[in-house]
Amino acid sequence: MDGGILLMIKRFLQHLSSIVWLMVDASQEMADNMIRGRLPFRVNTFFEQTDRAGVGSVPLVALVSFFLGLTMSLLTGYQLRPYGTERLVPGLVAIGFSRELGPLITGIMVAARIGAAFTAELGTMTVSEEVEAIEAMGIGPLRFLVAPRVLAVFLLMPCLVVISNVTADLGAALICKWQLGIPVRYFGDLVHSSIESRDIVAGTIKSFLFGLIVGTVSCYKGLAVEGGAAGVGDSTTSSVVIAITSVIIFDTLCNIVLVAIYP
Amino acid sequence: MDESVVDMKGVSLAFGAKKILNDLNLAVHSRERLVVLGQSGSGKSTLLRLIVGILRPNGGVVRFKGREVSRMRRPHLNRMRQKIGMVYQYSALISSLNVRDNLALPLEELTDKKEEEINRIIDEKLDMVGMSDTKNQMPAELSGGMRKRIGLARALVMEPELILFDEPSAGLDPVISSVIDELIISLTEKTDATSIIVTHEMDSAFKIATRMAMLYQGNIIENDTPDAFRRSKNAVVSQFISGSTQGPILEKKK
Repeated sequence: MDGGILLMIKRFLQHLSSIVWLMVDASQEMADNMIRGRLPFRVNTFFEQTDRAGVGSVPLVALVSFFLGLTMSLLTGYQLRPYGTERLVPGLVAIGFSRELGPLITGIMVAARIGAAFTAELGTMTVSEEVEAIEAMGIGPLRFLVAPRVLAVFLLMPCLVVISNVTADLGAALICKWQLGIPVRYFGDLVHSSIESRDIVAGTIKSFLFGLIVGTVSCYKGLAVEGGAAGVGDSTTSSVVIAITSVIIFDTLCNIVLVAIYP
Repeated sequence: MDESVVDMKGVSLAFGAKKILNDLNLAVHSRERLVVLGQSGSGKSTLLRLIVGILRPNGGVVRFKGREVSRMRRPHLNRMRQKIGMVYQYSALISSLNVRDNLALPLEELTDKKEEEINRIIDEKLDMVGMSDTKNQMPAELSGGMRKRIGLARALVMEPELILFDEPSAGLDPVISSVIDELIISLTEKTDATSIIVTHEMDSAFKIATRMAMLYQGNIIENDTPDAFRRSKNAVVSQFISGSTQGPILEKKK
């Protein structure tokens, strides 16, 4: 095998093991705090991050999903209309978004918006020795900085996916009404009859997983920054690239596994 | 009885192929103010990071109050760190928190003290460093000297047994630099704390130190009182103190 590929695999495994250890150490720090009868992390920080990662992302996720739902129903509607099967469009958009596009698009948007912010913020704190100062005080930077951020994205991602699904359906409903002649009430009935629990379960599993990926990758890249302002910039770019690539790869893996165990 | 607060024996550290410390031995005794001198990049700050357990040596032993730092598990290490205060070269105040919250951080996170008591401690420490009126200011609104003093106050809130100073007067004007030096002396005397001060500023070093150590090529080459240091026969030490361009330091670089 080519040496370059071997080196890439080696680096990938090194990053992967570092991310796993980051999570193990963060859990250990939280457990240690809980043993001492204290909260695992600052509740205020957690709510600040949920506001930032969750509430702050709603307009972007809603807007992009609305237009995607609109476009998807428009294009599929024109394709299906000659065969008189345009009433399949509501189900197609609903299943497509709840199972696949909702979590995927939301994962990508959160990686770009929040992942980049987390990496830049933690990276700046790393180069200005703030993270080291927190560690030197014995506070535990992973518990203090990483845990609330990862947990905020992990827990808020499914909520954002629900918003993505609803707004995509809304966009699709508008097109169905104006272009395909499907009334909104009938649109709702068609969605209800076509969507199954497995679609929702698959979407929910993916959204939690993507939240975890975006949160851990962005925090890890932030804490691993080296070399001043340029390092923060490089790390932020690489964080977004890695998080988006990982979301897409894990989406495919999830589909393979879910189709096999829950067809 | 050995009164060592910090004891480093045979400590070696390398970053890749670059050797930073090489079989270094150093003991710091209770209530001492040890100034560690050395050129930029000689490993002085690294020495502090080894003591606080942020870095682990490749070889040798670092002990704090008899306990081996390099072998401590994270929870024990964090508990040990609560007895050590560290003042950073660029203060390292948390930029998103105001002065009050910066000082409150260790007290809120590591102790069960009530808010009233926390506020009392913060007021006391800010008063000690002469910064009582900055409580609600953000670090970005403060000058370098003010940030240093806040950093010093933050290091004191947990009443540490050991205070580590990383270049405390670097980048400050001579007046503020003297203020910081005097603060270091008065506060360490008031709190009975042991301190290690890393610097390459000679005026500050002689003013603060009760003992001095010179770090050169990864090892301590001289370790004595400030008076003995002034009279040192070691060519490296004499050149460093005088700031001369003639001598082994530059010759070695060539």
